[in-house]
Amino acid sequence: MNNLISMRDLSKAEILQIVEVAEKIESGKLKVNIPDKVAALLFFEPSTRTLFSFDTAVKRLGGKTLIMTGTGNTSVKKGETFADTLQTISQYSDIIIMRSPTEGAARYASEVVEIPVINAGDGANQHPTQALLDLYSIKKTQGTLENLKIGVVGDLKFGRTVHSLCQALGEFNPKFYFASPSHLKMPGYILDDLDDRKIDWHEDRNMETFIDELDILYVTRIQKERFADVEDYNKVKGSYVLKKDMLDDVKPNFKVLHPLPRVDEIHTDVDDTQYAYYFPQARNGVFTRQAIISILLGEV
Amino acid sequence: MKKMKVRQIENGTVIDHIAAGKALYIAQLLHLVESSLFVIGSNLQSSKFGKKDIIKIENYNLSDAEKHSIALISPTASFIQIQDFEVVSKERAHIPDVIEYLIVCPNHKCITNIEVMSSRFVINKNNMSVRCAYCEKKYTVDEVKFKRLI
Repeated sequence: MNNLISMRDLSKAEILQIVEVAEKIESGKLKVNIPDKVAALLFFEPSTRTLFSFDTAVKRLGGKTLIMTGTGNTSVKKGETFADTLQTISQYSDIIIMRSPTEGAARYASEVVEIPVINAGDGANQHPTQALLDLYSIKKTQGTLENLKIGVVGDLKFGRTVHSLCQALGEFNPKFYFASPSHLKMPGYILDDLDDRKIDWHEDRNMETFIDELDILYVTRIQKERFADVEDYNKVKGSYVLKKDMLDDVKPNFKVLHPLPRVDEIHTDVDDTQYAYYFPQARNGVFTRQAIISILLGEV
Repeated sequence: MKKMKVRQIENGTVIDHIAAGKALYIAQLLHLVESSLFVIGSNLQSSKFGKKDIIKIENYNLSDAEKHSIALISPTASFIQIQDFEVVSKERAHIPDVIEYLIVCPNHKCITNIEVMSSRFVINKNNMSVRCAYCEKKYTVDEVKFKRLI
């Protein structure tokens, strides 16, 4: 593995290696120390959580970070090509971690520079480190990644995290249950992919019909901006809010995941239950990213 | 002797067995109207395919890129080289696994439409779909536009 651009590029063995290295880093069985390494964090669109998570991951490994956010004060704004910006920054750093609103930007970056590139999100396309930290969280809570029943709720059309998650879990014989407003359904090309891989999936208008069967419920935010009419938003938003009283008959191993930020799609009364796992999930992101950086820098 | 519905050429290329209705698009792609002596036959009878189109181009050799584009638009096409009214070679259209440069990604947020760079599409021959190697969006061949070839 030379770069991490898309879940499509990863074999099952590579996914399991990342999860295993993350486990070892978290438990302290593996110590990676990279005091001479510099990671360039190029965030061409705003992100707080992902940026902080990567920054923490590099620093926990003993490395240093160069951080660039937006394009306002950069040469990109002055008319320098994207390729030239990347080539120059790659002269100062050992790994590039990049978020961009442009789809395919990370793939292009990995073809332009000679150091490893990690895709920290490229438009509506991929966010592979989120998918991998989700897998790590699922493995930690369920003890396995195989044969699980996974519910995915919310904005399934534009939510790149759920697209990457479906691709990532595809290797592990899951059964998916999807619930979303009708115009925010899982896109046909993702469902085609699942069919091609003979993965079982089920679609419903609300989550209550299947929540008691699930091992994992993955909740995403439904953004008001996705609706042409505010009335339409108000009509559906309540149908996709998880509340404590919906958890009475869930399985004991059931856990709720969310990529964050949460707005109101998980009621705060769920936070104190044994099923809430979204904040530990964010913490798992640091271990997962430490693992990915260590592997790409050849330290593992 | 069988009477030809589309006149013979002395030297050049015949693109035969084109899916019916696709010849005009291919002619446009190859800039034939601007620069070449050519004839098109549309909706001709074909024993293999029922109906077919054909293009005969005088003094013209197709490049590999042109052949790849035509293969995607009409996988049934075949390319026949003519010299002194005689057939000197025949080949069937070959669809490559990956096609560079020739397809314009319909996704306006794709990096290939923003930077000066070549596009790259991975082809699924089973369902004739193409996937952008950069933005990863999947399209049918009919949904994408091909670059006009020079």
